[in-house]
Amino acid sequence: METQAFQKIYTKLNQITKATCSVQATGVGYDELATVSGRLAQVVKIIGDNVTLQIFAGTEGIGTDAEVIFFGKAPTLKVSDELGGRFFNAYGEPIDGGPEIEGEEVEIGGPSVNPVRRKQPSELIATGIAGIDLNNTLVTGQKIPFFADPDQPYNEVMAMVALRAQSDKIILGGMGLSNDDYLLYKNTFENAGVIDRIVSFVNTTEDPTVERLLVPNMALTAAEYFALEKHEKVLVLLTDMTLYCDALSIVSNRMDQIPSKDSMPGSLYSDLAKLYEKAVQFPDGGSITIIAVTTLSGGDITHAIPDNTGYITEGQLFLKRDTDIGKVIVDPFRSLSRLKQLVIGKKTRADHPQVMNTAVRLYADAANAKTKLENGFDLSDYDIRVLDFAKEYADKILAVDVNISTDEMLDRTWTLFQKYFTRAEIGIKDEFMNLYWKKG
Amino acid sequence: MTTGIVKGIISNLVQVEVSGPVSQNEICYINLGKEKLMAEVIKVVGNIANTQVFESTRGLKPGDTVEFTNHMLEVKLGPGMLSKNLDGLQGDLNKRKGVYLTRGEYTDPLDEDSIWKFTPLAKTGDIVSAGDWLGSVPESWVTHKIMVPFVLKDEYTVKSVVPEGEYKINDTIAVLTDKEGNDIDITMIQKWPVKIPILAYVEKPRPFKLLETGVRTMDTLNPMVEGGTGFIPGPFGAGKTVLEHSISKNADADMIIMAACGERANEVVELFVEFPELDDPRTGRKLMERTIIVCNTSNMPVAAREASVYTAMTIAEYYRNMGLKVLLLADSTSRWAQALREMSNRMEELPGPDALPMDLPAIISSFYARAGFVYLKSGATGSITFIGTVSPAGGNLKEPVTESTKKSARCFYALSQARADSKRYPAVDPIDSYSKYLEYPEVIEYLNKNVNPHWVKDVNKTKDILLRGKEAQEQINILGDDGVPLTYHDRYWKSELVDRIILQQDGFDKVDQSTPMKRQQYMLELILGICNADFVFESYEEVMPYYTQLINICKQMNYTEFQALEFNNYETELRKIVDERRAK
Repeated sequence: METQAFQKIYTKLNQITKATCSVQATGVGYDELATVSGRLAQVVKIIGDNVTLQIFAGTEGIGTDAEVIFFGKAPTLKVSDELGGRFFNAYGEPIDGGPEIEGEEVEIGGPSVNPVRRKQPSELIATGIAGIDLNNTLVTGQKIPFFADPDQPYNEVMAMVALRAQSDKIILGGMGLSNDDYLLYKNTFENAGVIDRIVSFVNTTEDPTVERLLVPNMALTAAEYFALEKHEKVLVLLTDMTLYCDALSIVSNRMDQIPSKDSMPGSLYSDLAKLYEKAVQFPDGGSITIIAVTTLSGGDITHAIPDNTGYITEGQLFLKRDTDIGKVIVDPFRSLSRLKQLVIGKKTRADHPQVMNTAVRLYADAANAKTKLENGFDLSDYDIRVLDFAKEYADKILAVDVNISTDEMLDRTWTLFQKYFTRAEIGIKDEFMNLYWKKG
Repeated sequence: MTTGIVKGIISNLVQVEVSGPVSQNEICYINLGKEKLMAEVIKVVGNIANTQVFESTRGLKPGDTVEFTNHMLEVKLGPGMLSKNLDGLQGDLNKRKGVYLTRGEYTDPLDEDSIWKFTPLAKTGDIVSAGDWLGSVPESWVTHKIMVPFVLKDEYTVKSVVPEGEYKINDTIAVLTDKEGNDIDITMIQKWPVKIPILAYVEKPRPFKLLETGVRTMDTLNPMVEGGTGFIPGPFGAGKTVLEHSISKNADADMIIMAACGERANEVVELFVEFPELDDPRTGRKLMERTIIVCNTSNMPVAAREASVYTAMTIAEYYRNMGLKVLLLADSTSRWAQALREMSNRMEELPGPDALPMDLPAIISSFYARAGFVYLKSGATGSITFIGTVSPAGGNLKEPVTESTKKSARCFYALSQARADSKRYPAVDPIDSYSKYLEYPEVIEYLNKNVNPHWVKDVNKTKDILLRGKEAQEQINILGDDGVPLTYHDRYWKSELVDRIILQQDGFDKVDQSTPMKRQQYMLELILGICNADFVFESYEEVMPYYTQLINICKQMNYTEFQALEFNNYETELRKIVDERRAK
């Protein structure tokens, strides 16, 4: 980003806040990039010749005489196959010591896909985790977040999902990742020997906060290149979207915008939708699937960030520590995949929907039995059996460290059904009972 | 014509210095290189017009020029809209070329080259005014009326009408003469500003006719009427979209308009993929042939999201004026309110509750007021039934959008998370929900005459059973199974019988997904008969298994063809079991 000949340089800042600065300038376009004392910045407001810029690296030490140079273009990323296996910062610059990328320069945060040009998602993504594959099946082109409290191992689980999922490319967008978590992803991918099909854009907690705003768009622009140009199945991991939203609120606050619910900007829904709606299934096979992390505070999903996220994404996954087995499971109650109906029993075995529903129903009965026990009421024989079932179901099937095929998940569930219940208590359609309920 | 120069840009809010007069809601085009970005004036201060741009403003600069149109945001109305997938500004999505929606590309919702078979309805010498029918063309299976343009204020004399024949939408099909003797050429198309209601009817009485949806919890318990208004609030995951799709597939309407404002693109794709395949149970044709989809998904420009519900409503009003029964569904009006909030926020207006604009309740109520049942000048009737969904933040029904909507809509279908969690679908809470229409004497009279003479009494009785069952259940939970009298268990299970057989419905089952009124009436009478019976139980432990058995048989009835042999066999079995235990 060097200064070019005859470029106009402005040196009279008339306002500086913690995240933005303003300068008198003409001929500047909205969304345009600039540097302020060498730091990358973007135009967020123009009133007459007063131009307000958000400075990604923060304004610490910026003087009113800082040099402002406008680039005449929006933020871009150079896209090509060379992106594979590389690590970048929020600006798309290599941070792995490797060479610059040669490729076509495209603006990030581009337009939306015409809904009539989309294809209905119908291809399953297997992860080996029953809490996902069996109960909340994912499909390509879907967007789904993990709703997790900060103390939960969501990054570990997401890295695991990424490795197991059948995809051509995995694109990691890390926002405010702790250095340890960044290394976790890096090591996990390297050790699995899949680093070549991974592209990472990372902003760690050591990096400036406002830089986070660029990361998801960088990741999704790379994803669009591989999905649309190369017809690849691309999986995008975004973590942590809550920190992205926090960065949004910082900038809007510094611009004196009136805060909306929970101090978030009024445009939060649109801002999030622009990112999540990049998930798409193209007719020619290319697809972008987004799995994100939204950290919650004390499990509160009524906060504006998870609430708006829930209305944009196609379901959500909750992690839960099951104290009966001492392992993490994907919570069968609160988790939901809205697109699972498109594949279960169609791309998977026909008994899948009925087996899944029955197991969750029995698991719910176990929860009731537990409440009964806690309230001091006597347990029936059924209550005891259903409690035992739930424990084994969580341990042998749901626990995230179990890695099995969907057929195996179904078979194991049948075995448990038969171990604890009568045919009548299961109540699945006879055509499946006759096939899978073993005689004798 | 007024022109302007861009002075300020804050995201999609653009301030324009104007050279001449400008009006509120006027449309202008901002020149950005070769592209023209459509924008709407939303506030004027001195010679600065604040406009909301329906596109991305990336790269826009102060000094860029603007052309004003002297028109508000209008829709183009004429034959050829049915089956279309339109965006929030009425552009035909299928006509747009690329994979991505490139800005500045506006497509015509109508096809100029299509040929329509025109039949005149008016004749030379007739005195006509706005909304009168001049002729008709068949549009799919709708008899599309060509009307005197709504913008014409006076009475006119028909000077000539073309004879029956084939014409294009821009051909002159009639000439009208005004009082001064000026001729006005009429084509098959006209334009109308979306934010102004079309009022070319004689009278708008209180609605009184039942609008069957096939959804039992609505039709039986809290009926919607032709020309009525209702809304469906619910937290995410409670099944708003599934319920709305179910209504759209089975409702007894001539036309369905679906406005998807700010919804997930994959959900809209589901409509695009499913509707052309689904059969309309009433006509045997494909569902899409009576459907128009207006969709501005969540990532499409926010200002166009605000426009989309108005675009859909105006199209609905146009078809209502042809004497059609239109059902308009909007998903979701909360996203629309959020779009309003976003702009109000950008203009730095002082916020109302939850940072929403202060005039939100007024905007919502005047929008709902555009629905209704009308008498047209020809004596025909038309209607717009409007059902909106609301996505209350955190599922909190006390938030401003839900509260304002509650004051405007006459039916309230509250989706409950608890019902959804326990897979009781549709998850409409029978106690919290209501239909104000059940209190209208004209609706009561209509129902009692057209369903059966004691229908409304039966419905109220059913509601009492549900309420008493809920009270009994609460007592059982507090005092334990054996801490309450046996009758409490009996009451609870009678309400379960009503819940599982009348209220719950399998939206994915061929037979159960839609229930005609005749069948609903039959089943309600049957279930009430059981609820009125006294049964003999020795202990509370006998109650659940007995009712489970009844419920299972009734459920099988719900799954089988009405009054087919199998259905009758189940009923015989049911009556036998009921009689065995009936108190003598």
